[in-house]
Amino acid sequence: METNLAPLLPSAEVVLTALSVLLLDLFIRKDEKGLLVWISLIGLALAGGMALFLWGSHEGAFQDSILLDDFALFFTELFLGAAAITILSSVHYVRETNIHEGEFYALVLLSTFGMILMAAANDLILFFLGLETMSIGVYILTGMWRERSQASEAAMKYFLIGAFATGFLLYGIALIYGAAGSTHLGRIASALGQTKSHGSIILSAGVFLLFVGLAFKVAAVPFHFWVPDVYDGAPTPVSAFMAVAVKAAAFAGWARIFLYQLSPLQSEWTLPLKALAILTMTVGNLLAISQSSVKRMLAYSSIAHAGYLLIALVAGGESGGQALLFYLLSYAAMTFGAFGVLIALKEGENDHEAYSDFAGLGFKRPFLGMAMSLFMLSLAGFPPLAGFTGKFYLFRSAVVAGHIDLAIIGALNSLLSVVYYLRVIVMMYMEEGGAEGKPFARAPYLYLAIAIAVLGTVYLGVLPAPALDLSRISFISLH
Amino acid sequence: MAIGLTHYLVLGAILFSLGLYTVLTRRNAISVLMGVELILNSANINYVAFSHFSSGNVDGQIYAIFVIMLAAAEAAVGLAIVLAIFQLFHTIDVGAVETLKE
Repeated sequence: METNLAPLLPSAEVVLTALSVLLLDLFIRKDEKGLLVWISLIGLALAGGMALFLWGSHEGAFQDSILLDDFALFFTELFLGAAAITILSSVHYVRETNIHEGEFYALVLLSTFGMILMAAANDLILFFLGLETMSIGVYILTGMWRERSQASEAAMKYFLIGAFATGFLLYGIALIYGAAGSTHLGRIASALGQTKSHGSIILSAGVFLLFVGLAFKVAAVPFHFWVPDVYDGAPTPVSAFMAVAVKAAAFAGWARIFLYQLSPLQSEWTLPLKALAILTMTVGNLLAISQSSVKRMLAYSSIAHAGYLLIALVAGGESGGQALLFYLLSYAAMTFGAFGVLIALKEGENDHEAYSDFAGLGFKRPFLGMAMSLFMLSLAGFPPLAGFTGKFYLFRSAVVAGHIDLAIIGALNSLLSVVYYLRVIVMMYMEEGGAEGKPFARAPYLYLAIAIAVLGTVYLGVLPAPALDLSRISFISLH
Repeated sequence: MAIGLTHYLVLGAILFSLGLYTVLTRRNAISVLMGVELILNSANINYVAFSHFSSGNVDGQIYAIFVIMLAAAEAAVGLAIVLAIFQLFHTIDVGAVETLKE
């Protein structure tokens, strides 16, 4: 029997790069570890090239349990980009904190591999294995700054809660397997269609547990309580990686499972999902206002953004899917940027994560100040930046699907969020005496990462049409 | 009385509830980890039982092996994190490890 391995190409390339980085790490001297950055980046670029080359194909491997469609490739590119930006912005960070460089980059790459599997998996068990590959990597990344007690504390909390959520997910998949006789999404969907079995208790319980497990991963309220501590304690580049890539991977799985294959059940979960979206947005924004640390504020803001993204899942259909994918792109650019500026403020042992540390940054480091202002405005949803366009399409998809109330609550929430985002800008331009911030010469890679994020934020806001088309094509390729 | 699918499912559900209870009530990090293992194994019982009684293929039994492998990897990482916690805090009480605050 011929096995088609093409769908595995980009992810295999990522794993190979990770293994080479791990191996090479053993043989090179400490002052030459910069080489590992380049190897990782070249590996990611090669994988990205392969994904581009494969664009438009529609094949499956291993009895269609892994699919190669534009949806999988879209997310592959997103994860590869996220990994590249994470590595760029951690080059200086890992040296300052004595984190083992080789292992750090290898773990970022291995988690990326898990994410790609999640987006490509057409089988619940494979999705689960991808999720675990990603999660175990990120648990370790969270605790890699061994000397710092907060990092270990964050790793422990993340691990215990993550493993707990894993148990829910796995038990849910077991029940679905029992009710449908298979974990293959296509066969589950046809079992749903044939027997009208979606009244069965076992299946409903399974879907419910799967739902809860995924809600933990995207940090939806009331499953969000771990997020602030974990994002706060983790090394800042890892927090950014979690906020963007881990969340995107969970949403990718959610979209493939619930928006496509299990969409006959849509009417049953619309109401709970809607409640989840409203709660997540509102609680995230309300708690973000009262924070004194910008890193914690960004953690709560990531919860609020998970709420906005849930709107797209409630809306569903073509417009919902398109809005989800586009917002994930915009969210990635602005969130990486905001965390990047936070990394630039770190000096030695002092993290400089409080609001007051941003005081006067706009004059001391004009580029950082300008970039941070852009990211904050974009996160708050000001035109013409990426955040505005993304939210516009999210709310529009809600209106198209007949959830006008959801769109209104979303818009009110964006207004609320302006309070804490603008506070950063006010600090940067109207107060004095904060942290110095790293100059360009001391952190060129980090500045490069921030510059890419600025370009992304502006480009997606001013010229959204190509990215919107891309999102639509990718989502349609599911069907 | 013949042992059927229902018996296994009930056993799995009981094990799941015990695991859930352990995770929610224990303060010791290793006990919480053991609760998580109980939950994973309750899912394993379901996989094997469904595979034997209702699906007519061996997929479920293979999944159980995947899950055992994964539980081992997770336990290794989890214990390493607990060890790091013990070195830094000299305790593995989940409630006592609390430096991250609002």
